[in-house]
Amino acid sequence: MARRVGMEVSIAISEAVKLANVDVISAYPITPQTHIVEHLSEFVNDGELQSAFIPVESEHSALSAAVGSAAVGARTFTATSSQGLALMHEIMYVASSLRLPLVMSVVNRALSAPINIWNDLSDIMAERDSGWVQLFAINGQEAFDLTLQAFKIAEDPRVLLPVAVNLDGFILSHVIEPIELLEQQEVDQFLTPFQPVLRLDPDKPVSLGAFGSPDVFIEVKKQIEEALIGSQKVVTEVWKDFGRLFGRNYKPVESYKTKDAETLLITMGSISETAMTAVDVLREKGQKVGLIHIRLWRPFPFKEFLQAIKGAKVLAVLDRALVPGGVGGPVGLEVKSALYAKDERPYVAEFVAGLGGRDLTVEIFIEVVDKAERYAQKQKDFQYELIGVREK
Amino acid sequence: MIAQDLKEFKKFTPKTLPREEPLVSGHRACQGCGEVLALRLVAKAIGSPMIAVSATGCMEIISSPFPQTAWAVPWLHVAFENAAAVASGVEAGLKILMEKKRIPEKSINVVAFAGDGGTADIGLQALSGAMERGHNFVYVCLDNEAYMNTGIQRSSSTPFGAMTTTSPAGKLIPGQTTWKKNMPAIMAAHNIPYVATASPAFYLDLMNKAKKASMIKGPAYLHVYASCPTGWRHGSDLAIEVSRKVVETNIFPLYEIEEGRYTVRKNNNPKPVEEYFKQQRRFAHLTPDMIKVIQDRVDRDYQRLLQMEALTNPGAVKKEEPKEEAGG
Amino acid sequence: MARIDALMPWREVPLGGAILEPGNARKFKTGDWRSNIRPVTDREKCIKCGMCWVFCPDMAYAHREDGYFDWNSDYCKGCGICARECPKEAIQMVAEEE
Repeated sequence: MARRVGMEVSIAISEAVKLANVDVISAYPITPQTHIVEHLSEFVNDGELQSAFIPVESEHSALSAAVGSAAVGARTFTATSSQGLALMHEIMYVASSLRLPLVMSVVNRALSAPINIWNDLSDIMAERDSGWVQLFAINGQEAFDLTLQAFKIAEDPRVLLPVAVNLDGFILSHVIEPIELLEQQEVDQFLTPFQPVLRLDPDKPVSLGAFGSPDVFIEVKKQIEEALIGSQKVVTEVWKDFGRLFGRNYKPVESYKTKDAETLLITMGSISETAMTAVDVLREKGQKVGLIHIRLWRPFPFKEFLQAIKGAKVLAVLDRALVPGGVGGPVGLEVKSALYAKDERPYVAEFVAGLGGRDLTVEIFIEVVDKAERYAQKQKDFQYELIGVREK
Repeated sequence: MIAQDLKEFKKFTPKTLPREEPLVSGHRACQGCGEVLALRLVAKAIGSPMIAVSATGCMEIISSPFPQTAWAVPWLHVAFENAAAVASGVEAGLKILMEKKRIPEKSINVVAFAGDGGTADIGLQALSGAMERGHNFVYVCLDNEAYMNTGIQRSSSTPFGAMTTTSPAGKLIPGQTTWKKNMPAIMAAHNIPYVATASPAFYLDLMNKAKKASMIKGPAYLHVYASCPTGWRHGSDLAIEVSRKVVETNIFPLYEIEEGRYTVRKNNNPKPVEEYFKQQRRFAHLTPDMIKVIQDRVDRDYQRLLQMEALTNPGAVKKEEPKEEAGG
Repeated sequence: MARIDALMPWREVPLGGAILEPGNARKFKTGDWRSNIRPVTDREKCIKCGMCWVFCPDMAYAHREDGYFDWNSDYCKGCGICARECPKEAIQMVAEEE
């Protein structure tokens, strides 16, 4: 039977990776991802996990080695943050374009400069277009569950794409939460051994990573695009399976007290739980406020998103990354793009906050809701606002 | 211990050369390309079962124009600077899958191919990491002494004085101003069991070294001289001639470093370096002063090699080896 | 040949742009690259040493049962290495007939 344990979320993730019986772990340490890989190397050295732990000499090599091992049919895992993810950038696109299933934990941390070890989403936003399936966990249980599910999604023959499971650095990765760990035989019902469709095999030689001229490049990209779009269906199936087996149900877009809400907060990641508290406070006061948080970021679940926001008049988007140059935030951009073709659109108030680990409190969410509603009345020409900047 | 690994090793002879062609005709290399010939001979010597990993470069481009591939063995290309890292993942993946009995236990040669750029410059970090970790694979540097695929720009392997497009023979600065980075020494400093230099002109020596490299457990590094008629501006028929001259002049001596023991092919009456330079227009601008500087340095470096041999391998053969090939 | 193959619809592109047929570059006849010059072997002088086969970057020579070598017009690029390296000067580069 599943057991409920209080543990650090990073450790829970390494437990999930162990339960998935990965074959290869190829990782380079970076704060705040370190606990995940440290714990995994303990499992390996204690003989609890039969896996090759490759202590690579950089993140670029971490992902490169992961591509090599996935190409021979090994279930492969890596993890990183911030600068490490940025260093992997070149290979991120190659991994998805070669259609190789990989799972990576991204422990979200701000990109330099200034160098900053605390949490925001700038690292993963820079990989938005890399062709990976991208999921966001809001608490420790989700981080554990999504990691297990990620292998199943990635390895599905209809997907065969790498999957990134995002969790906020320190504020989620390093906190101790109650996690319901699954037993090995339960996981084995859910996740079967990896059956590669294509692999490097001397008995059946193939060439992977060929040179693609203009005559063929678009067709290859179209194939990958269709796979990424189509992965949403597989994600939904996997979540249904998981819900049936373990009782926890996930959706691409989650709604909290949205039923008659006129204003909706839109968030991603663990701040969603803080935002839920703000919603509770405002609801106490009689305000018709709710929350949407996005769990599946790539591919973006346009249909589910539009369904979730039905009836709302004002959307207050809280982005944890900036799209510089006066644009706003990446989630805001996506939301506006989703709404473009609708005849009736809610007012979208974009706020960028919490960069570089600046704390986001319930009060700030309340302020954001208030501002969004006020701007909806007066400011038609509002692009975005950076919250919490000291002017004096 | 490599002695154990090499128990079954038998030297190739002209009549016992393997017929397998891991790389097939139809590839798009230039007429008379010395690099594709070097690659062919190394791959042939190592033989199937093999998984080849290429860095971005001439060899990768000419061998994989989608939808065609010249590779008859499994092949993977990822990027420019990570052949060694990708090969590490391939090797570790195969090893663990065999340990976990998910694929049948079999000896599969993992071979990484990269140019001098992908090895000594942009690829050096990944290479160093792979060597330090001790993966069981062969890394082959095909050295044509510049970034040829992008148009003949200088690398850290470009010899002193050579003209490239980013070290042109100008009025102020006449070509490359630095000396070739000593990759074999850097590799030996990682304490890997096998390091060797080779030239296609000495094809039996090259193939024997490739075979040994693949039989030895742990990392092996082969530095193979790879002539380039396009970049070096020489006739398309001169690949083997320049590959022979470079050894005969001691500019590119042939040696092995086995568990730190140097064995140097003796060449105590070398041809003067001019004989090598005069066939390649990339050296056409060299002045007598520059040639003298180069000659002194070549002589000094060769003596150093002999000293390394005396120091690390006192039992090594002292006499000059006979010429080995019919064409020699 | 290669160009025509590349014009496949997107659904027919193998997974991730993989190439499933090993060595299919053989379909591309690089023999077209020769500029009217080709090697010719004088069998009287040939000692069957195999250097032409060893040193050909395009694998344009093949072993025969009788120990001589067959030259492959489909792939020879006319570089001249074989003629240069033949120890008996049995190979000459000659102008090709139309």
